Amino acid sequence: MLARLSQRYGVLIALAAIIALLPLVFPSTYYYRVASLVWVSAFAAIGLNILMGKAGQVSLGHAGFFGIGAYAAAIGPAHLGLPSLAALVVGAGFSALLAYLVGRPILRLRGHYLAIATLGFGALVALVITTESHWTGGPDGMPVAKLSLFGWRAGGSGTWYWIAGGLLLGGAWIAFNLDETPTGRAFRALHDSEIAARVTGIDVNRFKLQAFVIAAVYASLAGSALAMMNGFVNPDQAGFLHSIELVTMVVLGGLGSVVGSIVGAAVLIMLPQFLTVFQEYENLLLGFIIIVSMIFMREGIVPTARRLISRGRA
Amino acid sequence: MPYRSPIRHIIAAGAFALSVSGLSICSPAFAQQTVKIGSVLSVTGPASFLGEPEDKTLRMYVEKINAAGGVAGKKIELVIYDDGGDANKARTFATRLIEDDKVVAMVGGSTTGTTMAMIPVFEDAQVPFISLAGAIDVIDPVRKYVFKTPHTDKMACEKIFENLKQRNLTKIAMISGTDGFGASMRAQCVKVAPTYDVEILTEETYGPRDSDMTVQLTKIKGVAGIQAVVNPGFGQGPAIVTRNFAQLGMSATPLYQSHGVASKSFIELAGAAAEGVRLPAAALLVGDKLPDSDPQKKVVVDYKQAYEATTKQPVSTFGGHAYDGLFILVDAMKRADSTDAKKVRDEIEKTKGFVGTGGIVTMSPTDHLGLDLTAFKMLEIKDGDWTLVRPGG
Amino acid sequence: MPEFFQFLVSGLTVGAVYALVALGFTLVYSASDVVNFAQGEFVMLGGMVTVFVSTAGVPLPLAALIAVGVSIVIGLLLYWLAIAPARGASAISLIIITIGASIFLRGAAQIVFDKQFHKLPSFSGDTPVNLFGAAVQPQSFWVLGGAAVIVLLLYVFLERTLLGKAVLATAANRLAARLVGINTATIMALAFGGSAAIGGIAGILITPITLTSYDVGTQLALKGFAAAMLGGMGNPLGAVVGGLLLGSLEAFGAGYISSTYKDAFAFIVILVVLFTAPQGLFGRRAVERV
Repeated sequence: MLARLSQRYGVLIALAAIIALLPLVFPSTYYYRVASLVWVSAFAAIGLNILMGKAGQVSLGHAGFFGIGAYAAAIGPAHLGLPSLAALVVGAGFSALLAYLVGRPILRLRGHYLAIATLGFGALVALVITTESHWTGGPDGMPVAKLSLFGWRAGGSGTWYWIAGGLLLGGAWIAFNLDETPTGRAFRALHDSEIAARVTGIDVNRFKLQAFVIAAVYASLAGSALAMMNGFVNPDQAGFLHSIELVTMVVLGGLGSVVGSIVGAAVLIMLPQFLTVFQEYENLLLGFIIIVSMIFMREGIVPTARRLISRGRA
Repeated sequence: MPYRSPIRHIIAAGAFALSVSGLSICSPAFAQQTVKIGSVLSVTGPASFLGEPEDKTLRMYVEKINAAGGVAGKKIELVIYDDGGDANKARTFATRLIEDDKVVAMVGGSTTGTTMAMIPVFEDAQVPFISLAGAIDVIDPVRKYVFKTPHTDKMACEKIFENLKQRNLTKIAMISGTDGFGASMRAQCVKVAPTYDVEILTEETYGPRDSDMTVQLTKIKGVAGIQAVVNPGFGQGPAIVTRNFAQLGMSATPLYQSHGVASKSFIELAGAAAEGVRLPAAALLVGDKLPDSDPQKKVVVDYKQAYEATTKQPVSTFGGHAYDGLFILVDAMKRADSTDAKKVRDEIEKTKGFVGTGGIVTMSPTDHLGLDLTAFKMLEIKDGDWTLVRPGG
Repeated sequence: MPEFFQFLVSGLTVGAVYALVALGFTLVYSASDVVNFAQGEFVMLGGMVTVFVSTAGVPLPLAALIAVGVSIVIGLLLYWLAIAPARGASAISLIIITIGASIFLRGAAQIVFDKQFHKLPSFSGDTPVNLFGAAVQPQSFWVLGGAAVIVLLLYVFLERTLLGKAVLATAANRLAARLVGINTATIMALAFGGSAAIGGIAGILITPITLTSYDVGTQLALKGFAAAMLGGMGNPLGAVVGGLLLGSLEAFGAGYISSTYKDAFAFIVILVVLFTAPQGLFGRRAVERV
């Protein structure tokens, strides 16, 4: 138990050290931008991983919550006169409520049926965002007020690097701690076998719903952060392809692994930046890399790496 | 649960850190005698029919300019990134152009969505950005460093309504795409319709990937008193609308498309159904039909020949926008005899009488587009080809 | 009333397109439990290969045959190179592999072909047929007929042939199928090849109506998957009913309510159906073993 605890803190300290030291090797602010994107996406992926990796439920519509968070940060200050931070909280609250209401019926579904139901939910959110252009600016999106705290305004990529990094640390810390709570243990039981969990007296539906709500709040906060960082939102953030991207981050990095979500996010955010030099071959290579990684690291990058390292030691 | 050492996590995380810093290897060394021009285009994705001709045009003409000695004594180094139509990616590439590639100017932004996402980056960095996107929002309100070359969607509505008014057709229906282009143009049309005494009796929409619009058109057909139908949209949608329009036997009602379909491939896709369709478009499409006295004739005929010879694909006005943007920029650099971003910006704003594929451009501190309605020609499709509609026709 | 029939015709035509894609999903899913998100890319291949081969001067029927052949080869390669090596991976990992495959195929298509939209001539001309006051494109009959023939052939194959029964046996219980001497790897390869062929044929049939380009697959896969789930995954009849229902929902929703929220009606109905029938309309009940 103690060892596991120290291991968690070890990971968190390592993550904090990476966030703190990475800027030393950054040649330009562009790297702050890429790293901030990785932190924000990783934050959303960690949340989705609680649902997918720990509670064993898939969601192909998670970008819907991401979009709600993003548009809350945009609409709150622009139309409702809310300060950015309050808008972020309202967005997260709304996402939680929506997840709670939608989750109750949806989470009774299994496997691919759950996948299509969440996909439908995400599609509905994206459709509303694209259509209600008085509020959302329509398909071309709308500008977002910069985050300001007591007169101080968060501006460039540098500032956002630290905000996003802090957010990620907090998200990882909560995800780790969740493992040690009764909820976390219930999630693990759920993941192994839903029926077995039910038989041992776990209120399966309640815990699935909890995981869904937690994951929605993570996605919503990540969406708000990205919107404020970009100073702009558009409906792509809520779209099906973004949902798929989030799922790919989780699975590629490793189901159930917090570090895996960060690695998965890093790979998917940075790959296009590397591959852009190949111009028209970019998509070909991206697809190839995803296939090959999933064939040879079918549990995901981090669990596979962990297994290889421990085998090397033995 | 077995004991696991934190060291493994640190190793994994360290590998990640290394891979991030490895990015720097990709950035090419900065040479003295070159000037870097950046471009973020939607070369792939749903807007690739805009981004691809833009990409090919920029590459082709930068090569020509360099072969002729470059600009202001320097060769142009062109850096193009493909955003795949994704605004968030576009934003990242914009930052990369500014911070990493240190470009002095940018010609790009295929769609309004990507352009709007990139504008803050260029405004903050004070680097001129000539956008290739359609919506009026790009230049209205005027932003110091942002310019654009295509006619606005508002102008397209005005041109169509002007023509409708001349024909005494004032009761119309609109069927718009729900993509950025269609939605933005729809909003502009609704706004300017009253100025031309045009009344929009009914409105329908279709999704960017829809493959059948007979339902929407049937509803329009059922509304009494419709004298013309206007279709703001781009991509394959308008071609399907046009085909369904003919299928439902509505061809007696005039159909107006927008400048979003201004390429030969529209006629090809819509086939016989395209006969009689009208649309506002740049002179580029009818270059060979312009009178010799037209100042644009030489520019558009030369561009069309060069483009079609190099790419073996029919010319579109989209590539023309990139041509205009590139040469407005290059001319400004020549006039400034400098590649300093601020001086170049000031010279772009002073562009006067520039003859491009889209029209004759004269910018000012309050007008970062510099085109008026005369830049648009009203075209009609006849016998599978574009023809100029006579003024008042 | 002519309005009603026009909406119905539109709904059935679009629905038949979804049904054809859903059939491909369902065949692969039956045999291998894999949800193949690259299914839309087979439809793209069918259309694009026919367009480019016929432009090169090959007569249309031959070009279409070549296109189906190319689709089958790509389908088999997908199985042998990407799915078979990952045997034993979790369902979600396999889905990610097929998503990777779909990105890969799209990337390849944009290089091999181009990024323009293309069309094929309608098989029986463009003169609309009047049916109860609705104007119907002759190609609609080809699409609807194609879907009917394919589902019939699939049904006969699965129920009446030994090989088809082997597919069903593999679907029901892979281990038991292997124990009675069925080569399940061959069966799965067959399913991938077959679904690729269905996709390719679909692409050829629908291109005269829908047009095609290198990236039409994503949207088709999305709608086809939705149709397959609505009907109940793994049931060919369910796929067809799901597809036609989805198409009709979109058409009547757009016709009688609002075209702006057209796609919403379809998804709302899917959600409602799944809430009341969690296995889709015709799905078999899954039993979870502890």
